[in-house]
Amino acid sequence: MTATEDNALKLDPEEARRVRQERLEHIGKWVLPMAIMVLAIWFWDRICVWNGIPQYILPRPGVVLQTLHDDAGLLFSSLLVTLKITFLSLLLAVIGGVGLAVLFAQSKWVEMSFFPFAIVLQVTPIVAIFPLINIYINNQTTKLLLCAWIVAFFPILSNTTLGLNSVDRNLRDLFKLNGATRWQQLRYLRLPAAMPYFLGGLKIAGGLSLIGAVVAEFVAGAQGQSSGLASRIIEAGYRLNAPRLFAALILISLAGILIFLVLSLVSHLILRRWHESALKQER
Amino acid sequence: MIQEKVAQSTASGEGPMLLSLRNVGKAFSNGVTALSKVDLAIREGDFLSLLGPSGCGKSTALRLIAGLSTPTSGQLDWRGSIDRSKIGFVFQEPTLLPWASVFDNVWLPLRLKGVSRARAEPAVMEMLSRVHLNGFENAVPRELSGGMKMRVSIARAMVTKPRILLMDEPFAALDEITRFKLNNDLLELWQDERFTVVFVTHSVFESVFLSSRVVVMAARPGRVHGELAIEAPYPRDEAFRTSPDYAALCRQASDVLVNAINSTAGPHHDGH
Repeated sequence: MTATEDNALKLDPEEARRVRQERLEHIGKWVLPMAIMVLAIWFWDRICVWNGIPQYILPRPGVVLQTLHDDAGLLFSSLLVTLKITFLSLLLAVIGGVGLAVLFAQSKWVEMSFFPFAIVLQVTPIVAIFPLINIYINNQTTKLLLCAWIVAFFPILSNTTLGLNSVDRNLRDLFKLNGATRWQQLRYLRLPAAMPYFLGGLKIAGGLSLIGAVVAEFVAGAQGQSSGLASRIIEAGYRLNAPRLFAALILISLAGILIFLVLSLVSHLILRRWHESALKQER
Repeated sequence: MIQEKVAQSTASGEGPMLLSLRNVGKAFSNGVTALSKVDLAIREGDFLSLLGPSGCGKSTALRLIAGLSTPTSGQLDWRGSIDRSKIGFVFQEPTLLPWASVFDNVWLPLRLKGVSRARAEPAVMEMLSRVHLNGFENAVPRELSGGMKMRVSIARAMVTKPRILLMDEPFAALDEITRFKLNNDLLELWQDERFTVVFVTHSVFESVFLSSRVVVMAARPGRVHGELAIEAPYPRDEAFRTSPDYAALCRQASDVLVNAINSTAGPHHDGH
């Protein structure tokens, strides 16, 4: 009838308001943080000018940007060193975390026996462990890797373990009914079921492995043994080279954001077809 | 124990004996006696419903038959030795792999037996067309409606050509229109293939419409209370659903069920 046709064409005020609100929120989500950012940088610049703050205490944003450009060679090669440690340790964390989780999933007894030690490793601050590592391991890269790995592997281990254990009971019965072997159950049921949990852990571990790498470099860098971004920061601090310090800081921060975005994208691509977390809310 | 024989069980069963449960009991460590002294004879080609209130052990009986659980007392005798793969099971929920396509879900039982995708394809595609899901083989479960998910679940249980299909309240969560449709399609499938079905339900109407035999169970402890042969001829269709015969049979079954519920000792009879 005409009534239904009208409904299809013209939205009532409430629905129209909702649509408008949604559109505004969508734009605001991007525009507002950008605006705040620009405003804050402008304010930072103004503070420097108004108070006549010297460059070695607080450089103006323009100067930081200039340093980023002038010292690009030095800073980016350092960034590369830090990223190498970050990715290697993330890779090892994935292998170690998933490997241990699969081992734990094979038997409750194994899990009961070893899980507490994983927690001990996790809750002991890495800065406190580092001097020990420093004594026992000579190779610089191995040292840093071990540190970053200890920090990053736990969220992957604990999330994957949780995922492997939260398989639907009926699905487990189905596999049993069809005479599935332990390996088949792992491959076709438990590993795919654990995927969303694993990816959640991976996102946390990505950030943590960068933190682990930077912290390890800090401790190592204090002894003048590292060439990563953290040691650039310490060096710049000693020399009162504040612009370079800021530039290095910005690079680390950007690397962290990039790692998070890439891992979020990977997670979305893998889960988008079936998992609730990757679906748009339906009305 | 009151054993109410409404009709002789032998009258309805034509085929040879497939499975008999003799004096079967199941007790759990928390003190619940889920089943006590259950005797049940399942003949080949039967469409047998287990009808009863919640807590009467019908799902427990099904799990015992499936071999997912072992009886505390008594025994299950299969005619000949039955291979586990000759049992199909349909759960209350569709219980599909959410990450796998419809095709992969139906392929699963064959895949677990080492059948490659290419070799499984004819059987899988045929089964999908039998449950009227042609063209949906690449969809994932979340893109399907509740009824379609249940169809996938049935196709998966049937793809191995089981001799006996065990169904645990498979349509309880569906709306009535979808349930009727699936009832009809299930009967069609059963008439074509003549496998044996054990169907757990708490719906009098569903059990009478589908079954050749209705076994009524009582609770606390779970036991067989009585049996009813549904001698209406197949094929049964929508006309049967509204016929006086059907109404009379439903009334009969309902009377036995009420009897079973009243026979349960205890202060309340409303399940929990």
